Amino acid sequence: MSAAVSPGRAMTGKSGRSGSKPKRHYGTHIFLTAMAVMWLIPLVWAVFTALRPIASTNEHGYFSLAGDFNFDNFIQAWSQGGFAKYLWNSVIICVPAVLLVLFFASMMAFAVSRVSWKFNVTLLIMFTAGNLLPPQVLAAPLFEMAKHFQVPYSFSDSGNMLNTYIIVIAVNMAFQMGFCTFVLSNYMKALSADLTEAALVDGAGIWRQYREIIMPLCRPAFAALATLEVIFIYNDFFWPLLFIQSGDRLPVTTAINNLQGEFLNNYNLLAAGAVITVIPTLIVYLLLQRQFVAGLTLGSSKG
Amino acid sequence: MSATARDLVPPESRAPSGAPAKQVRSGKVRRLSKRDKAVLSLMVGIPTLIQLVFIWLPTVMSVGLSFTRWNGLALGDIRPAGADNYQYISQDYPPFWPAIQHNMLWLAFLALVATPLGLLLAVLLDQQIRGSRIYQSIFFTPVMLSLALIGIIWQLFYQRDNGLLNFLLGTSGTQQAVDWFGDSSINIWAAMIAATWRHAGYVMLLYLAGLKGVDPSLKEAAAIDGANAAQTFFRVVFPAMRPINIVIVVITIIESLRAFDVVYVINRGTNGLELLSALVIQNLVGEGQVIGVGSALAVVLLVISLVPIVFYVSRTFGKEKRS
Repeated sequence: MSAAVSPGRAMTGKSGRSGSKPKRHYGTHIFLTAMAVMWLIPLVWAVFTALRPIASTNEHGYFSLAGDFNFDNFIQAWSQGGFAKYLWNSVIICVPAVLLVLFFASMMAFAVSRVSWKFNVTLLIMFTAGNLLPPQVLAAPLFEMAKHFQVPYSFSDSGNMLNTYIIVIAVNMAFQMGFCTFVLSNYMKALSADLTEAALVDGAGIWRQYREIIMPLCRPAFAALATLEVIFIYNDFFWPLLFIQSGDRLPVTTAINNLQGEFLNNYNLLAAGAVITVIPTLIVYLLLQRQFVAGLTLGSSKG
Repeated sequence: MSATARDLVPPESRAPSGAPAKQVRSGKVRRLSKRDKAVLSLMVGIPTLIQLVFIWLPTVMSVGLSFTRWNGLALGDIRPAGADNYQYISQDYPPFWPAIQHNMLWLAFLALVATPLGLLLAVLLDQQIRGSRIYQSIFFTPVMLSLALIGIIWQLFYQRDNGLLNFLLGTSGTQQAVDWFGDSSINIWAAMIAATWRHAGYVMLLYLAGLKGVDPSLKEAAAIDGANAAQTFFRVVFPAMRPINIVIVVITIIESLRAFDVVYVINRGTNGLELLSALVIQNLVGEGQVIGVGSALAVVLLVISLVPIVFYVSRTFGKEKRS
C-alpha cells in the first residue's frame, strides 16, 4: 500500500508546478465553495443550536437569530449530563488500548519483517484479514465469552468480564492490531538490512535490535499510528455498546446515544453534547494533523 | 495536509527514492542464539495468541453457534439445530431480505455517489487552486467524527419540526414536512447521505495522495500526444493509480458491510433501516436472546465480507508469496 503513496512525489507538488502561471478556475471555485458550504451546514447548525438556550428557541423558534447566545447548554451537559465522566471513561479505554496495540504490533511487525521465517506472510495475512472483518461477526461469541468468563466479584461487580473496561480495551486492541502490524511491517521492511546486520556483527541480540535500532527509527510511523488509533478508538461506538451495561461507565461516543432519549425535546442540550464530543478529536486533529493524515494515507487498508 | 506521505518513509530509504523494499528483505538474520529464538517466539506468540483468541476463535464460534439453538444462558443448554436458523432467517424472518437489499443499496450508493464525489473533489483540489488547503480541511472534517456522532448531528439537521432541512425547503411546520429519519420510505436515503458526508472526504484524502504519486511526465507525454484533460485523466492518470483504486474498492465494500453506527443511533436499524449488522445485534442483546439466529446472520455477513477481504489480501500478498 505504501507503494501507492510514492514518497518523493509528495513534495514536488508545490515547487514542481509553480513555474507555470496559476490558472483561474472560476467554475471550480464556484463548485467547491458550494460543496464546502453544504459540507459545513450540519456542523454549523449543531454549533448554532448548542449556543442557544432552550428558552430562546422555545420563544423565537429554532430558525431565528433572536434571543440569547451563551454556553449554558455546555455547562448543563457537562455537569448534569455527565460528560465529564464520559470523557474520562473514554480516556480510561483509549490510553491503554493505544499503548498496548502499538507495543504488540511493533513486536509482531519486527518479527515478520526483519527476521526471515516460514510463516511470515501467513501470519501477516491473518492479522490483516482479521482487521477487515465487520465487528458484528464476532459480537455473539465475544459477548458470551465475556459473560461466561467468571471472575471474583471483588474484581468485577458483574462477576464476569461484562461491564468492565478490560474487555473493551482487550477487544479494541485485538481488532486494531492487524492494521498497525500491517503498516509497521511495511515501514520496517523498507529500513535497510545493513542496520541490523551491523548490530548482529556487534553481537546484539534480537531484543536489542528491536529496542535500540528499529524502534527509534520507526518514530514517525508511531506518531502517525498513535494519532490515528486514538481517534479510531475514541470514535469506537460498538464495543462499549456490546460489553458495557451501566450507563455511567460508557465512553462518550457510546454514551451520547443514550442522551438522545434523555434529552428528548431538548435538542439544544443534545447539540451541546455532540459538540463536546467533537472537541477532543478536533484538538487532536489540529495539533497532529500531519500525523493523522499520514497515518490514514499510508495505512489505507483501514475500513 | 498534503505533503505528509513522505514522512512515513524511513529515513534510510528516502535518499535513493523508490528503492524497492524487496531488495532489503533478502538480508536475513542468520545466526539466532537460543535466547534470540525464545525472545522471537514471545514477540510473535503473544500478539498471535491475542489475535486468535479475540478475532479468529470468535469467528469460528460464530459459524458453530449458527447451527445451534441457544438462549445465551447456561452453556449446557446449547442444542444442535442443523440448518434451521438459516432456513428461518431466509423464509420466516421478515427483516432479512430488506436488510440484504439495504446493504446492497448502501454499497451501490457509496460506489456510485460517495466514492466518485470524493474522486472529483480530489481531482479538483489537486490542481494548484487558491485555498486548496482550506477546502481540503473542510471536506476532511467529517472523517474525524464517529459515525454515531454523525447520526446525531444529522438528526438535528433532518428533524421534522425543528430541523434545518425542512426549514430550508419551506415545509417546516406544515403538513408536507418530511420526517427524514422517521419515514421508512426515505430514511435509508437520508442515512446514506449522512454516510456520504464522511466517506467522500476519506476517498478524497486517499486520492489526493494517489494523484501526487502519479509521475507528471506521464501527463506531459499524454498532452504532447494530443490528449485532452478528460482523456489524460481516464486513460493515463486513473489507471496509474491502480494500487489506490484497489484500496478504495475494498474500503467502499467493507464500509457498506460495516455500516452500523448510523442506523443504530437513528432507530436501532428498524423501520426502513434494516441492515445485516444491525439485525445481528438485535438478536443478541435485549430480551429473548436468540444466539443461533444472530449467529446465522453474522455468518451471512461474514461470507459476504470474505469476498473483498480475499480479493484484497490476495492482491496485497500474492506477489510476496510467489517470490
